Amino acid sequence: MTSIEPTLSRRGLARLGAAAATIAAMGAVKAATSPAVAQAAGGPIKVGILHSLSGTMAISETTLKDVMLMLIEQQNAKGGLLGRKLEAVIVDPASNWPLFAEKARQLISVDKCAATFGCWTSVSRKSVLPVFEELNSILFYPVQYEGQECSRNVFYTGAAPNQQAIPAVDYLMAENKVQRWVLAGTDYVYPRTTNQILEAYLISKGVSKDDIMINYTPFGHSDWQNIVASIKKFGSAGKKTAVVSTINGDANVPFYKELGNQGIKATDIPVVAFSVGEEELAGIDTKPLVGHLAAWNYFQSVDVPQNKAFIDAWKKFTKNPKRVTNDPMEAHYIGFNMWVKAVEAAGTTASDAVIDSLLGVSVPNLSGGYSAMMPNHHITKPVLIGEIQGDGQFNTVSQTAGLVVAQEWSPYVADTKDLIGDWRAPLKCGAFNVKTGACTAGKKA
Amino acid sequence: MSRILAAVLLIVLALAPVSARAQQADEALAAMGAPGFDSLRRGVEQLALSGHPRAAAIIGALQNGRLFARADRALFIKTDADDFVEAATGAPSDVQAGAVKPVRLNNSVRGAIDAALGSLRLFAPDAATRALAAEAVFKSRDPAALPALERALAGEKDSAVKRRMEQARAAALLFSAEANDADRIAAIAELRTRGDMDVRGLLATLTAQSPAVADAIGSAIVAIDRSLQLWSVAQSVFYGLSLGSVLLLAAAGLAITFGVMGVINMAHGEMVMIGAYVTFVVQQFMKVHTPGLYQANLLFAIPLAFLVAGAIGVAIERSLIRWLYGRPLETLLATWGLSLVLQQAVRSLFGANNRDVDTPSWMSGSSDLGGIVLTWNRVYIIVFAVLVLAALMAVLRFTSLGLRMRAVTQNRRMAAAMGIRTPWIDALTFGLGSGVAGMAGVALSQIDNVSPNLGQSYIIDSFMVVVFGGVGNLWGTTLGALTLGIVNKFLEPVAGAVLGKIVVLVLLIMFIQRRPRGMFPLKGRAVEA
Repeated sequence: MTSIEPTLSRRGLARLGAAAATIAAMGAVKAATSPAVAQAAGGPIKVGILHSLSGTMAISETTLKDVMLMLIEQQNAKGGLLGRKLEAVIVDPASNWPLFAEKARQLISVDKCAATFGCWTSVSRKSVLPVFEELNSILFYPVQYEGQECSRNVFYTGAAPNQQAIPAVDYLMAENKVQRWVLAGTDYVYPRTTNQILEAYLISKGVSKDDIMINYTPFGHSDWQNIVASIKKFGSAGKKTAVVSTINGDANVPFYKELGNQGIKATDIPVVAFSVGEEELAGIDTKPLVGHLAAWNYFQSVDVPQNKAFIDAWKKFTKNPKRVTNDPMEAHYIGFNMWVKAVEAAGTTASDAVIDSLLGVSVPNLSGGYSAMMPNHHITKPVLIGEIQGDGQFNTVSQTAGLVVAQEWSPYVADTKDLIGDWRAPLKCGAFNVKTGACTAGKKA
Repeated sequence: MSRILAAVLLIVLALAPVSARAQQADEALAAMGAPGFDSLRRGVEQLALSGHPRAAAIIGALQNGRLFARADRALFIKTDADDFVEAATGAPSDVQAGAVKPVRLNNSVRGAIDAALGSLRLFAPDAATRALAAEAVFKSRDPAALPALERALAGEKDSAVKRRMEQARAAALLFSAEANDADRIAAIAELRTRGDMDVRGLLATLTAQSPAVADAIGSAIVAIDRSLQLWSVAQSVFYGLSLGSVLLLAAAGLAITFGVMGVINMAHGEMVMIGAYVTFVVQQFMKVHTPGLYQANLLFAIPLAFLVAGAIGVAIERSLIRWLYGRPLETLLATWGLSLVLQQAVRSLFGANNRDVDTPSWMSGSSDLGGIVLTWNRVYIIVFAVLVLAALMAVLRFTSLGLRMRAVTQNRRMAAAMGIRTPWIDALTFGLGSGVAGMAGVALSQIDNVSPNLGQSYIIDSFMVVVFGGVGNLWGTTLGALTLGIVNKFLEPVAGAVLGKIVVLVLLIMFIQRRPRGMFPLKGRAVEA
């Protein structure tokens, strides 16, 4: 169109293109150029942090990177681990699932990290799982998930469905006498598996199939008008109705806004969410949402001294008095302390020794008790049900009497009801069928 | 159980001497100060029936989170001036903020509060408050409210409020144990005229009725379902128009940069995102500096978003795009890179988290038009989209800038020969397109997340709309957006949101196969130039 000298434009483009590429890939570049020296005895112990710092999931995962940095800094201030300093190795898998596997391989093989803390979505965990098993390293996974997995190399510090979803449904049944259920979720593996488990559970409790409505929406769905209208219609059948939401991250804000605008209050149709925490609420005006529920194993509002100390340290570390804390952060806090304790007990960072010594380790959680690592590589947790407040915090309305042990394989799904995971000797099996007595997967000598 | 209790209390209330009532109020207040949600709920129900002169004030304070309890269970209300008064008397108190804790609520307490305030506010001087109160009683269906309703009805002058109260009375009557069949059938007839989703829900709850009543309920539900069915078509059209107007806003800027200039601008979505962040900054600024004008913050955000996004657009054109005219592939790559740069820049500047953008109160909520629910934010966005489109067309049509733009895009060399500075026109056109995208961002901040990823979710849809409507044609873009919106909203209930999107894409691909230039292709020599 315009008559501009081609040489000039090509050079200009090349320069800009290079600049764009540099900035976009900044996180990755930083990590790649960090010296890949082999870990000598006496040198720092490296800890991998595998959280997306760009792309869709950056919204949730960036915080977890920060909390890991804080925990490592605190540990170093206490004199490090085994007399050595800890050093964080940060990589940015950029919300790109195959890239998670590449970065995991880099953390283990090139950077020689002793353990890795990372992943958020189940699909990213599934992507790195073979890498950790092949290279025999350790991953701490901090997010509530759908269960149905039990790897020797992964320690699941988030909730399994029976530590979050099922107690929430029980609460609604007992407290609000809910008889009709909408299971609304984003269309991917976590909501689909959770809803499959929940549907089987509800039917086992005598709820008829006509009283269950299942709805899936794409990632980042933003136009909720007729879905909210259909929920309203479903709720007008004369029975108390509730929504169980496994809607993920970004799509929640428009969903709750639409609920508020169409005048659905928590006293009419309560929504209980499994992916909405303090961090997500920080982006919404919560006044129309007051009374809607969330089920987690930790709330920032839990009033115990450990939690207060953690929140103060976090606000100081981030230099932002408005920063909030949430459940996956607590999971990293627990997981990191467990790892530290296990390494101290084993006297080495070698994977096999640490994996064995992690079993049975018990550390304080932030809700005033202790969490223990069970033989199925999941931890014990209390389950808290909270109602959203006008200030974006949760008010705990129900708490399980004791700690809940995770069911890694759901007893409500036909294929997995006879399976257990137990990584103690002599069983050492991730999927042991108690009926047939055979180890169906994940056997490791 | 609580209903029987309430009924008993009511009888006691009617007979009891004043001292007994005062005692009841004291008990209620003690129960409210005690720990536990059950005790709180009972306290609220009791207080509402006690006839205590400050009952409405206390329960209202509880609802607004202004009721505080001391360790000895005494209750205090926090005033606007942040000091405390005694709840029972309203007398000033010197209690310290550290000594009291807010009384917390759960959903069952909130339900009790709504019902209690409903019956207490039936006699409020303000008609709107009375209407809300009647609505609250309608929702709570509490037979205990019947005597109060009867008294309120007798004195009610406002016909609209009266209707609400009659509906509330009908609802309460249906759930009262004393009502006979004739009363019930009359109540059902009354509710049937209202005929909305709430009534349907209420009627469906009523089971174990005598055959005559059950028949009346059955036929009322069938009639309501039939009319709701018809309204739901109109409702889907509204949803479609609303989605269409969002698409139109997102695509209008692209219709200029891509449609008129032919630049494939992958960073278009980021201009929308920048507009949304401008809204956030404006709100933060106004919250601190001009709280009096805060409700009007969007009116300030719109022009500012236009200017900021437009200025960035001009800068992009001058620094990047003008070197790439006529080379679509390089433009595509460069602007895509630019979109990543802009996203990461915003992420570094504002953080990766969502930002909280308020919806002004005049844009919140909804109102009913017949059987359809019109949510105000959507209505305003439709109006805004129409205004933006009209303004854009006016600029292109009636201003000298528009004339030059059209001249340059139709025949660049001829326009240059006439003395038009074509490079500047290019920059301004691109700035105009970007500015419109920025204004779209203000609208989208009201319905979507304000996060660095905001733009990404609209870029594909925007290109779809422009290509479908016909490149270079604003009317085509408009019709394209509305068609896609409506088709989408009619498919969604049938096919589900995920499949619906796929079906729309497949239909679009088939359409483009048959008519590669979209619905309204440009004709004539300008196309070949």
